[in-house]
Amino acid sequence: MRAPTRSESLGDQSRRASLNGEPVALVQRGLRWGFERVEAVLDRIFGAAWNPLYQLGALGFFYYWVVAVSGIYVYIFFDTGTTEAYESVEYLTVDQWYLGGVMRSLHRYASDGMILMMAVHMLREFALDRYRGARWFTWVTGTPILWLVFVAGITGYWMVWDELAQYIAIASTEWLDWLGIFGEAIARNFLSPNSLDDRFFTLLTFIHIVAPLLLLLVLWIHLQRVTKPRINPKRGLAVGTFLMLVALSFVKPAVSHPPADLTVVPGVLNLDWFYLPAYPLMDATSYGAVWGFAGVLTFMLFALPWLPPVRRPAAATVNLDNCNGCERCANDCPYNAIVMRPRSDGLPFENEATVDASVCVACGICAGSCPTSTPFRRASALVPGIDLPDRSLPELRDRVEAASAILSGDRRVIVFGCDHAAPLDRLAGDGIGTLSLPCIAALPPSFIDYVLSRDLADGVVITGCRDGECFNRYGVDWMTARLASERDPYLRKRVPRARLLTCWAAAADRTMLASKIELFRAGLPAVPKPAAPHLQPAVAGGDDSNG
Amino acid sequence: MGNVFRYMGQGVVYALIAVVLGFFADTPAYRHFDDDKAQLTLSLAHSGKHLQECRRRTAEELAALPANMRKPLDCTRERTPVLVEVELDGQIIVSESVSPSGLFGDGPSQIYKNFVIPSGSYTLIVRMRESPRAEGFDYQREAHVVIAPRQRFVIGFQAEAGGFIFATPDVPAVSRNGQPNQG
Repeated sequence: MRAPTRSESLGDQSRRASLNGEPVALVQRGLRWGFERVEAVLDRIFGAAWNPLYQLGALGFFYYWVVAVSGIYVYIFFDTGTTEAYESVEYLTVDQWYLGGVMRSLHRYASDGMILMMAVHMLREFALDRYRGARWFTWVTGTPILWLVFVAGITGYWMVWDELAQYIAIASTEWLDWLGIFGEAIARNFLSPNSLDDRFFTLLTFIHIVAPLLLLLVLWIHLQRVTKPRINPKRGLAVGTFLMLVALSFVKPAVSHPPADLTVVPGVLNLDWFYLPAYPLMDATSYGAVWGFAGVLTFMLFALPWLPPVRRPAAATVNLDNCNGCERCANDCPYNAIVMRPRSDGLPFENEATVDASVCVACGICAGSCPTSTPFRRASALVPGIDLPDRSLPELRDRVEAASAILSGDRRVIVFGCDHAAPLDRLAGDGIGTLSLPCIAALPPSFIDYVLSRDLADGVVITGCRDGECFNRYGVDWMTARLASERDPYLRKRVPRARLLTCWAAAADRTMLASKIELFRAGLPAVPKPAAPHLQPAVAGGDDSNG
Repeated sequence: MGNVFRYMGQGVVYALIAVVLGFFADTPAYRHFDDDKAQLTLSLAHSGKHLQECRRRTAEELAALPANMRKPLDCTRERTPVLVEVELDGQIIVSESVSPSGLFGDGPSQIYKNFVIPSGSYTLIVRMRESPRAEGFDYQREAHVVIAPRQRFVIGFQAEAGGFIFATPDVPAVSRNGQPNQG
């Protein structure tokens, strides 16, 4: 058994160590500090379920569909000719403003919205450290999405064939020519009106359609290592954001510049700064510099999961002697890391759990879901069907007992928390013992029963990431459902709920968490204790937590 | 927070997002080019002469070749670099020897350059040497041109059209063989 300490937050210690002195970690902490405060405000306004910052990827997807539908409508009227292209867009914008104009505006603003959502999404995943380790795949496959979105967006502006399109066309082709890989400079297509062919717009339209289709394919790959991905925002949020786009389209319709004239250099341009900031950069520096910048940025984004490399904790391991192939771990794993395969050890069960170590983030949710993860087991060693080698359940039981041993009084509380939520170290004190886990759903509900029935504490506090924004995606949802007896393994009915406090809190909510715990502790003496709790039966192994 | 206040708050957040989207979709305006300036674009893709003069094959040599390969001239692949000069009001702004493209140096020499100049009238002289000669030029064109503000004045080249082309409607004709031409 470990030496008793009030604060048993291994996660906090390792997190402090990993952040110590690393510039990347400092940036992350700063960003996270900002995000948590904005999220707290949005939580109050939207509620956790509708909080836009919790659904940035889904909102990006939603904007994609708005772009697709509005684009199909605009395409019906679009004419691929050097003069007809501009005229057809003007027809939509001016003559058919009530529908075609709105569709064009929706097309533009939803495209801009995609960029905004993608940028914030990436920044937030970086801030929350959800881009490396086993999550590298999702981050890396997200990088080509940026290029495809920009290709689609830039070719879209090009198709209007106004002064802005002319500027983009010439700058883009000169930029590509800088590479020297084309037989003849493609910018020569734009020397004079006569040198421009209608078929060029056909090619452009083709690229403008193919890029988003490729984007869809890459998005599909992007989500391959994510179980139950949220690709649709909550309906209320979708309705709200769509109404916002429609209102913006009416208030400030998208319009064209004057038609392109290749004999005149465009002077003042109203750039879309979401898509076109590289062009002024080309003017201010050089094409080579922008290639260098784009190349370095792309490389950095690809390489970021390994800059610096993260020390990955050991993946979960399966103990077949205690695995009956119940599939709970596979159902709860948020990373598709557990696959059920035909039994290999001859035991009379159909399947067994297998862990893909390359995908496992060691969140421990699988151990928390395993029906054999019961601390009551004393007759035999506590060896659950699946567990984390670095942070095993027997060790957790030892830590619980160690934390309990130094608590005194009639308001003793043990706080189970999460490494990625409100830090627990400062909470520990007289009457409060804390234990941090890689995810709150790594805690089997039977541990709560264990603490209260063995009188190891007078109350138990469950805390973790904010509702709707679990670091490990579904940890808070699964834990909430387990406590409510809606998802296996259930918290036994005999556990007095008045002695259990659930409070979801991010790092920014530390004060709130502390005050709620104090309030909870103050009420504990008044809560009647079950008769002789320590005499409640201990069950050896089995399905003890499914009361 | 009451529902009314929540919905009001959501309206404020949506409005803020709309302001960000609507503003940066076309604002702030960007000045790409000053109104008192013009752009001179030199763009040409032209193959220089063969580095060594072609030799006419004899009738015996032709007969010895497969029927599909009986070209009367026997030429080396490599072409001579093309020397291009642009002179504006007596000042040479381009003097560049452009190597032929291609792994074997048998492709066209290509040049594409932009120059920002004050709008106004200029005496423009462009010259090209496409042969292995040491001095002089094979093509030359001189013109007095008036370049309007923000005009994109393109200097092109088409050998089949006789030489340099000024992509502006008021400067006619092309010239070749070193004969100056007042536009």
